[in-house]
Amino acid sequence: MIQALLDGILVGSVVSLGAIGLTMVMHLLRFANFSHAELLTIGAYVALVFDRLFESIVPATKAAVGPLSLTFALFLAILVSMVLTGLSAVVIDRLVFKRIRETAGPLSMVFASFGVALIVRSVISLIFGLKPRLYSDDIVMAVTISTDPHLLVKPDQVFVFGAAVLIMLVLHLVLSRTTFGYALRAVAENPTLAQVAGVRLSTVIAVTWIVGGALAGAAGVFHALDNQVSPVIGQNFVLAVFAATIAGGIGSVYGAVIGGFLVGIAFGLALVILPPGYSPAMPFLIILAVLFIRPQGIFGELR
Amino acid sequence: MIGVVSYLVFFLTLAAILAIAVLGLNLHWGNTGLFNGGIAAFFGMGAYATILLGGTPQAGQFGGFDLFYPVALAGGIVASGLLAWIVGVATLKLRHDYLAIATFGVAVAFESFVRNSEWLTGGAKGLRGFERPLEAAIGDPFLFNLCFFAFVLAVLTAVYYGLGRLIRSPYGRLLRAIREDEHAAQSLGKNPARIRLASFITGSMIIGTSGALYATFYAFVSPDDVLPILTFQIWAMLIVGGAGNNRGALLGAFVIWAAWTSSGWVLARLAPVELQLYTGTIQYILIGLVIVGMLLARPQGLLPEKLVISQSGGETPRRPVQST
Repeated sequence: MIQALLDGILVGSVVSLGAIGLTMVMHLLRFANFSHAELLTIGAYVALVFDRLFESIVPATKAAVGPLSLTFALFLAILVSMVLTGLSAVVIDRLVFKRIRETAGPLSMVFASFGVALIVRSVISLIFGLKPRLYSDDIVMAVTISTDPHLLVKPDQVFVFGAAVLIMLVLHLVLSRTTFGYALRAVAENPTLAQVAGVRLSTVIAVTWIVGGALAGAAGVFHALDNQVSPVIGQNFVLAVFAATIAGGIGSVYGAVIGGFLVGIAFGLALVILPPGYSPAMPFLIILAVLFIRPQGIFGELR
Repeated sequence: MIGVVSYLVFFLTLAAILAIAVLGLNLHWGNTGLFNGGIAAFFGMGAYATILLGGTPQAGQFGGFDLFYPVALAGGIVASGLLAWIVGVATLKLRHDYLAIATFGVAVAFESFVRNSEWLTGGAKGLRGFERPLEAAIGDPFLFNLCFFAFVLAVLTAVYYGLGRLIRSPYGRLLRAIREDEHAAQSLGKNPARIRLASFITGSMIIGTSGALYATFYAFVSPDDVLPILTFQIWAMLIVGGAGNNRGALLGAFVIWAAWTSSGWVLARLAPVELQLYTGTIQYILIGLVIVGMLLARPQGLLPEKLVISQSGGETPRRPVQST
């Protein structure tokens, strides 16, 4: 039971990172972006490519960091992946969403995001193959941290949790302490007024995509580090990040964090009660429960 | 020759079945502005419920009530409506994206449910043991397929004309009014949430009809019939044909189904061996490109929605008089 809770919290940190970007984009551009989770897949594969690249250029980076299976090369690759995933989010916006935003309504955007998700997922499976891959073939054994109750934790999982919390802290400081953070919130509240006050809308939109993409990229690598790199990461997470966003309240970054952990823990506990085959249905039940009980989410306002 | 004709009948039957689902989606998206991201679930609900109700009893399997076919068919349609009611009540008062997310979610949940609930749905191996109505009486398989095609066509025609009447009626005007400006409709004393729910359930039942016919045609249903790609295919059909236009919806259904089957055939014949495993993936990319490409290049579709001017009293309205 407590093991399930622990595993749930670790899944939750990945879901939270994915949901933060989604809630920001949904609040700013007012559409449900079904392609957001594909950024997790992009992030995982970019890290895979650069991990191999760094290892072949500087073989010394093959050494693992401390007790982790994570190598120095992969650590650098995570940073590169965050940047490149952020940029790819901007590219997708420029190629598709920006054009549709200018001519059609928000429903067309939702529609297009499904198409984008399908294209991204299929192109990645075409390039890298449908077979899942691993960053490292070394097996790092889980460490027993307590015998009663029996609890097992992998060093990688501790790293993932710590890194996720660190990234969220940095984001919190940026949003609450910098001019950009104010500009972002201003645009989300009232785009016209923010523009009058001298905020460049296009810059804010681009930066939001970069931040959301970078967080999703990190989430993708973190998930793949503990599991596998596969083209269906995004497909598996899309509903979970939506559930986190809705549970936290659309537009609330802190809500997305809490919602992410809630969804993760629910995933963990569901595995105790239900056969694992049913777990894809879990986020839907959470969404349905939230919509019936408190449709605006924990921190959200009803619109 | 008979081979070509019988394949053509087979192809047209499937296209006509899918066209019914496209018409249902057109009521949602084209006429009421509702986003249904879970067509596969409503389609699957119709399919599974029909087979469960109308199938013959199987050992160790729930269902197989062997009901009279029209009753089983009606049961499948009602089951889709019930599913739509549950999702609709939770979401239709809220912002439109909630419906998109919840319907997408219901499709994922439905697929994982039918894949795992072996006692009810047969799990991954699906449901068998359905006897197609009148198949034994007709005897000849080709003749049966022809008759079934005629039946599907009759249903398609009925749905087409029924929806056409609905859309031209005052109620259809109300649906479009809500799509265009919810608050304006509300100010006229209409209840948008309730009307949206009615439209959502009706459209879902039409999609359920399509699923029920699909299952009848194959006398079999499995989780592979309710994959998310079905939702994408139906969408592509509507967006290519033209949302809001039922003739466009029919055209789109046949065009996309022809493109889908022929692309599968060409890839299976011409693609190099190492790519054979990826023909499905390539087809997914094509469907994605069709959806995004149409939205960018011609969002109104091949046959755009016709402008309906309801007021026929005298002149068409001109520019408002300028106040000086």
